[in-house]
Amino acid sequence: MRLPFFHRAATFEHGIHPDYHKETGSLPIKRLAFAPRLIVPLSQHIGKPAVCCVSVGEEVLRGQVIATADGFVSLPVHAPATGVVEAIGVMPAANGKMVDSITLRVYEADSQQVQVSAPRDIEAMDKKELLAAIQSTGISGLGGATFPAHVKLSVPPDVVIDTMVVNGAECEPFLTCDHRIMVERTKDLIRGIRIAMKVSGAPRTIIGVEDNKPDAIAAIRAALPADGTITVQALETKYPQGAEDTIIYALLGREIPAGQRPASIGVLVNNVMTLAYLGRLLPAGEGIVERVLTVAGPGVEKPGNYIVPIGTPLRFLLEQVGAKSSAQEIILGGPMMGMTISSLDVPVTKGTSGVLAFGKGELQEETPRVYACIKCGECLKVCPKFLNPSQLGLLAAKREYAEMAERYNLDRCFECGCCSYVCPSHIPLVQQFRIAKAVNREKASA
Amino acid sequence: MSMELRTSPHQISDRSVERIMKHVVLSLLPVCGFSIWQYGLSALALLLTVTATCLATERLLNRAASQPSTLNDWSATITGVLLALTLPPAFPLWMAVVAGFVAIAIGKALFGGLGFNVFNPALIGRAFVQAAFPVAITTWVPAFSAQRFSEFVPTTLTAPLMMPPDIVEWIKLQAVDAFTGATPLARWKFENVVASSYDLLTGVVTASAGETSAILILLCGAYLAARKFMDWRIPVAVLASAALTAWMFQLYDPTHYPAPSFVLLSGGLMLGAVYMATDMATSPVTPLGVWIYGAVIGVVTVMIRYFGGLTEGVMYAILLGNALTPFIDLYTQPRVFGTRQQGKKK
Repeated sequence: MRLPFFHRAATFEHGIHPDYHKETGSLPIKRLAFAPRLIVPLSQHIGKPAVCCVSVGEEVLRGQVIATADGFVSLPVHAPATGVVEAIGVMPAANGKMVDSITLRVYEADSQQVQVSAPRDIEAMDKKELLAAIQSTGISGLGGATFPAHVKLSVPPDVVIDTMVVNGAECEPFLTCDHRIMVERTKDLIRGIRIAMKVSGAPRTIIGVEDNKPDAIAAIRAALPADGTITVQALETKYPQGAEDTIIYALLGREIPAGQRPASIGVLVNNVMTLAYLGRLLPAGEGIVERVLTVAGPGVEKPGNYIVPIGTPLRFLLEQVGAKSSAQEIILGGPMMGMTISSLDVPVTKGTSGVLAFGKGELQEETPRVYACIKCGECLKVCPKFLNPSQLGLLAAKREYAEMAERYNLDRCFECGCCSYVCPSHIPLVQQFRIAKAVNREKASA
Repeated sequence: MSMELRTSPHQISDRSVERIMKHVVLSLLPVCGFSIWQYGLSALALLLTVTATCLATERLLNRAASQPSTLNDWSATITGVLLALTLPPAFPLWMAVVAGFVAIAIGKALFGGLGFNVFNPALIGRAFVQAAFPVAITTWVPAFSAQRFSEFVPTTLTAPLMMPPDIVEWIKLQAVDAFTGATPLARWKFENVVASSYDLLTGVVTASAGETSAILILLCGAYLAARKFMDWRIPVAVLASAALTAWMFQLYDPTHYPAPSFVLLSGGLMLGAVYMATDMATSPVTPLGVWIYGAVIGVVTVMIRYFGGLTEGVMYAILLGNALTPFIDLYTQPRVFGTRQQGKKK
């Protein structure tokens, strides 16, 4: 029996409680119109870019492979819409770089049914066949990490995975697409988990969901198989509950040894969206041509969760949801770890979990006054990695980057932003740490 | 359309230096009010003079260093109010000006301003005047005198650079019962008389302007701690270690050493533990460090009171704690996630 007073949701130490703004969590997923032109980058994942296998002027069908995987750590790209290849060449991407992309002109009259599929009997397939099939879906980590799903699920023969953790924390403010996926595509999720367990050899799975999503927990609980190999666990609503380190610690009480991967302690972590798409696309034999993402923020008239074709330019997306002219700060991802973009002419990719729009000064004061560190120590109380951001910041100001790494474990920082969030002096700690890491990397490679 | 570019995190909390400092000032207002109610015009004049001096010094030095004004971060106001609260209520105003100037100029600006100072500025100011004016800083006046709202204590209005007049006769005129002119700590030390806990708690004793009501200071501190504008661990550590030390001495010789409650409630320990030791810039940042720092202050306070030449030891104990802070921080770095012993497997 669990006593309500003593039983508390699983959690990690430290962290913060930002305003969550999860209003879109109650809105059902809707489909968005196709943009007249889609820009599909060849590299939407970590690893080698895909190799284009179509030519300019060629007609392509929705779901058709338009670029093939280049080796194991790579993913194919599928045509997100039926249309014609208008151009192949460099186009701006969200990170500000120019990347090789295929531009499609979408046939407006087309029904846009997925045309290319090869349904599979996944029960009859072995691990190796499943891995190859997963790669052929083109799914990368849809939480934003964009690591190819099949690479993550390929467990080396000498490693034993005893638990798969499914990350449904969705701790970033504003984002609710994982929430809706858990509520609306529960069966896909369970099927995806089954496949991932089979491929990785994990005997059990724990789905961790923050307790601000009771409907998601209830929906999953109702769909759980009777054999007890898959369980769902409520997590305290706290940022960054959904980071790899913190969610494993919250659910299992294990720490990933510094500098190692979760597999070193027998754990595999996957995002709910990734597994839900896996469970949907793999049996159908389709590739990933669209994804669910959250559009929110005070800068849009119709916030919600939308099914958006890969390659949809943000300008079109924002027009569809009624972006206000005052919306001048556009964030891809969440407000804690996402990035602002300088141009709206960049496409939605597989890793885009959210598009947030804000007017000037709506999210934070434009130029908060920066004071010297007053050593309040609040950053130490929130850092989920138990670092000393105060000291790191003082060293960064003196450009003692080597000391930051050697004595104060700079490399353990994963830039969650908790320290900057609480800093009363408004010191741009995370940015200083990024610069320090970049300088150290450059020195190491020189 | 110009796009707003910024690096993550884009969402930040409403914590700010100004907000923290403003709340500290607000929380001190009841303590100030109590002190004015007890000592009247002299206490009010002292508070205003010291605070104004601190603000003026801060502004002057800003200008001298061609820096933008730092008055609006409220830290100089805190220094002024706290310093005034540690001085005797009838402290000559010109000496108070000296204390305020030293606090800001030497205690803070010399190190580079807010965040760079090693010692609590208010205590630097007080330590200076304690050394410079040993008589004035131990001259106490009775609380609740009848004319406290209509006339100043004669010492308050001492002409600049002059020594304050003798006020023994003036005190006699006040006709307050059993006024000894000594603080409870001095009475214990030299006369072996222990004040009642009730008097100490409610503040009806002779002391510095803000050292009197332990209950009031605790309540104000509790407010700050609850709003997370103060680290509650520091006062808890200071008070616990002082009480523990006092208790051990009492066990050793109950006839000579007073009860822990007397040690906790007398003198400036409450104000020091709650408002002085918790100064962010001069206390450790590490979770373990704050406990060590607090414990050192508690023990040293009791040691000075019992074995030093002074009746009160809080000020020097905190200054010593401040001096140890960088050292404590260096050796109490938190253990990084992933380097600890593996927890039990679930």
